[in-house]
Amino acid sequence: MDLSFVIIQSLSGLASASSLFIIASGLTIVFGVTRIVNFAHGSLYMLGGYLGVTIVPLLLDVDRSLPMFLLGVLISALIVGAVGALMEILLLRRIYHVPELFQLLATFGVVLIVQDLVIKVWGAVEIPGPRAPSLRHGVFILDQRFPAYELFLIAAGLVVLAGLWLLMQKTRFGVLIRAATQDREMVAALGVNQAWLFTGTLFLGAFLAGLGGALQIPRVAINTQMDISIITEVFVVTVIGGMGSVPGAFIAALIIGQLQAFGILIFPKITLVLVFLLMAVVLVIKPWGLFGKPDASAGRAILPEGILSLKRFGTVDNLVAGVAIAVLLALPVFGDNYMIKVGIEVLVLALAAFSLHFLIGVGGIVSFGHAAYFGIGAYAAGLLVTRLGFAMEPALILAPLIAGAFAALFGYFIVRLSGIYLAMLTLAFAQIVYAVCFQWVDLTGGDNGVVGVWPSGWATSRQVYFYLVLAFTLSAIIALRHAIYTPFGYALRAARDSATRADAIGIDVRRIRWFAFTLSGAAAGLAGGLYSFSKGSIDPTMISIPMSVDFLVMVLLGGIQTVMGPLVGAAAFHSIKDFFMPLTDFWRMFLGASIILMVLVFPRGIAGAASLLTDRFKPNPKPLGLPA
Amino acid sequence: MTEPLLTIRNLSAAYGMASVLFDVSLEARRGEVVALMGRNGAGKTTTLKAIIGMVEAKAEALSFSGHDIRKLPSYRIARLGLGYVPEERRIFTDLTVQENLDVGRRPARDGREAWTLERLCAIFPNLAEMEGRRASAMSGGEQQMLTIARTLMGNPDMVLLDEPSEGLAPVIVEQMAEAVVAMKATGIAVLLCEQNLHFAAAVSDRAYVIEKGAIRFSGTMVELEANDEVREAYLTV
Amino acid sequence: MTLLKVAGLNKRFGGVIAAKGVTFELEAGDMLAIIGPNGAGKSTTFNMVGGQLRPDSGEVLLADKPVSGLAPRDVWRRGIGRTFQIAQTFVSMSVAENVQMALISWHGRILSFGARAQTLYRSEALDLLDLVGMRDDADRPVRELAYGDVKRVELAIALASAPKLLLMDEPTAGMAPKERSQLMDITATIARQRKIGVLFTEHDMDAVFAHADRILVLVRGEIIADGKPDEVRANARVKQVYLGDMGVAAAMRARRGRA
Repeated sequence: MDLSFVIIQSLSGLASASSLFIIASGLTIVFGVTRIVNFAHGSLYMLGGYLGVTIVPLLLDVDRSLPMFLLGVLISALIVGAVGALMEILLLRRIYHVPELFQLLATFGVVLIVQDLVIKVWGAVEIPGPRAPSLRHGVFILDQRFPAYELFLIAAGLVVLAGLWLLMQKTRFGVLIRAATQDREMVAALGVNQAWLFTGTLFLGAFLAGLGGALQIPRVAINTQMDISIITEVFVVTVIGGMGSVPGAFIAALIIGQLQAFGILIFPKITLVLVFLLMAVVLVIKPWGLFGKPDASAGRAILPEGILSLKRFGTVDNLVAGVAIAVLLALPVFGDNYMIKVGIEVLVLALAAFSLHFLIGVGGIVSFGHAAYFGIGAYAAGLLVTRLGFAMEPALILAPLIAGAFAALFGYFIVRLSGIYLAMLTLAFAQIVYAVCFQWVDLTGGDNGVVGVWPSGWATSRQVYFYLVLAFTLSAIIALRHAIYTPFGYALRAARDSATRADAIGIDVRRIRWFAFTLSGAAAGLAGGLYSFSKGSIDPTMISIPMSVDFLVMVLLGGIQTVMGPLVGAAAFHSIKDFFMPLTDFWRMFLGASIILMVLVFPRGIAGAASLLTDRFKPNPKPLGLPA
Repeated sequence: MTEPLLTIRNLSAAYGMASVLFDVSLEARRGEVVALMGRNGAGKTTTLKAIIGMVEAKAEALSFSGHDIRKLPSYRIARLGLGYVPEERRIFTDLTVQENLDVGRRPARDGREAWTLERLCAIFPNLAEMEGRRASAMSGGEQQMLTIARTLMGNPDMVLLDEPSEGLAPVIVEQMAEAVVAMKATGIAVLLCEQNLHFAAAVSDRAYVIEKGAIRFSGTMVELEANDEVREAYLTV
Repeated sequence: MTLLKVAGLNKRFGGVIAAKGVTFELEAGDMLAIIGPNGAGKSTTFNMVGGQLRPDSGEVLLADKPVSGLAPRDVWRRGIGRTFQIAQTFVSMSVAENVQMALISWHGRILSFGARAQTLYRSEALDLLDLVGMRDDADRPVRELAYGDVKRVELAIALASAPKLLLMDEPTAGMAPKERSQLMDITATIARQRKIGVLFTEHDMDAVFAHADRILVLVRGEIIADGKPDEVRANARVKQVYLGDMGVAAAMRARRGRA
């Protein structure tokens, strides 16, 4: 490697670091003040891009000059800022006090809505943007050509850094943001109206996201996948830097930019993996990130979000379970092929949702990347069959074991964290798996996946395969349910209720959680394996964030305080999805709006709402809060 | 007789299941320094937090300056002219001294003279030389001065002052006492939580004694000082 | 044999000295109270005995065996149970299940996958609940109890491991006044019957003087008094600490010209 090459490589790393920083600084400022991780930050970035490719050409038609280009970028960013402020007023303001899981889900609802809106307005095809006048040429640095626009981006990052520094140090708004990041309650006690401060903060954060997006238009064609791809990168930057820290985001963006620029030379396929590994290592050594501080409001939980009382099945429950099983047994006999297909999918999803509920409802471990283990199971089974010529039977046995092994590996890091950091690390690991499956085309078929994952001869008929799935999922669900009632399940719940008390009576909290994570991953892997044979194929959507969110929605829909709720949730969710999705172009918007509505109105889910209703009629129902 | 500036009638508060206050009633008039005495854990801090809206509480009446403040958020209560100086000080350590003061700044009401850095420095001479310093680099006593100064920047009519003498060297405690006297001289009422009887006695007009979340004594400071029984029972060990 | 020996514990947090040469002893069956103003180092001392904090130097011996520096889990195994300032219980479980959980852990049965937790050690749990007067509420969810009762359940949980020493951090904090003496009476009775040493911090001086056999007064990380309740009450230094420095008042008064 000669010097000029190293310099060029590192400059291009700086350019991407600079874009990353502009976007990440917005996310981290918003988190610092509101304590909400805004999933929709990527959507705001995407919106900035779309507005940029719309507005900038109009202005360039007036006068093809760099100032016009910049004006267009600025206008786009300001519009996005206004959208962010609106989002604060309409949504975030109502969810500051709900648990993190609900906050993440609600902002993900916004992601879904924006996706459909963007397609409605701009169409699904990608839109190339105009180049920036006066910056279209290359600059020669030590005889190597380097795009002038990339140099401009580096400068833009520095300008934003300087601008943020001035804003934070020299204006009252900036001083209030810094004060509120440290102690919101005290800021209020000094007479500052938080509502305006928060709205202003969202404006600033969204402005930065929009700016980052609009600045991309000469580099990349604007497309509808930009939101998800940037949000994971930005999550990583803010988590490594420390949530809420602008300098942290800057340093982390620099590190990641260089890691990507040089990592691509050594491991061209797995630069993403390197980035996520860095994140895992940083979080293990410094659980709050490089410049982060322990969250002062960490102890805000009132009652744990999850199963509150374990009852054994009563007569009614037994009756319901009996009828359900009878219906399932009869389905292949009386149902048509379509019903059997939906039945298989419901069973598989029910197991996946149940395994996630085991983590969330019992263990209080909110995983935002459960699709990873579902997907690993699916890919393990699919690849064993298509690449290594395994039969279905051993593949179905190995799928949960392999998924369990990965859950053990990732879980080792995950259970060391808690709250939002834990959720983000689960998400990051899921994205590693996604990236590998997406990028390792030779093995996994990349975006297209692999076809030809068929069951063994005896199980090829839909009816037989249905019974096979029923047997597997039912046994797994019964086993997991049993585990909830064993001392292990109690210890897991004990650790959730009070880690302090659990520790004081000799329960090894970390080990119990690790074990639960592994077990749950294996169960999800089994579901994934069964799913791949029912589809006959595997593809990366099985590991994607939307899949993880689907699982979470099933759990919440069923009610996270009930044991069997997720099964109801899976059935309801999949039926609704299967029925409505073909009928509408706006499935995601509908789903997003439903999620937001659910978080705002029924945070306890369908089953939870029902039990709340029955509780009303019992004597002495008053549940008491816990000491803060 | 004019209506008191601050009226509390039958205030009760709990942290979740743990009850902390039982029917606390007290009042303070304009320009008056009232001490709320009691050992730690007696419920002094919770009383202040309930007044300023940081702790949920029930009360028959909770009014300040003629406004019912039971349902108001902290910032609205603060804007009515009620300042709060927390026991843990809660200085913004990432900010400079000047910036800390800026966070607290609010316009003066009723055409009264607004607090400025110069006026504050008359009470807290040390602040003048520390304007640009980071608050994290200050000593405990200096932080205590800053937290009071920060609240004064909001031009309050009354300050809830939580244990200003705690953990400070005697010479600093003396400065704190002078600060309270100076506040009173400008017409600011003070509700002072203290366990240090001598400190409270030096600055207060009246006193309440709280023990296990309930008021056990109320009277003038002179009466409290003369009452050995109350002192022995509720203030010493 | 002395049950608990604490010798020369030191702990600093940054520039703040939280414990300086803290030394004391506790006999089996005795109740020892640690009191002092806020920030005196009570919790620090407490957490160093319980294993939540590692001392910078010094030693904690339980029945002549060192326990300082061990993890809380291991400290518990050696025979130190504890209750917390804000009661720590398992809110999603019933009263009996809370105690059963502790018994299951004590007997090393957490990974018994064949068993149903609800049926394990139930009668032992009921016996412990009997001891603290909560047997009748065994099947109620702990989150529905009055706070004073939650504290008693927590005491039963702490007793499940048959501890030699009980650490109680502010046992009566947050309780209604009449519940307080009840809890302290129960604790004292159990301590005497079972020869358990009790080390507790407390703000409620009635509780301290009514139930402590001995009292330590901690100020700025140092023990300034250690003795029987009457001795401590009469100690001039202690009085001064609680009422503050006279000098300040005198100076202020002179300036204000008030009597």
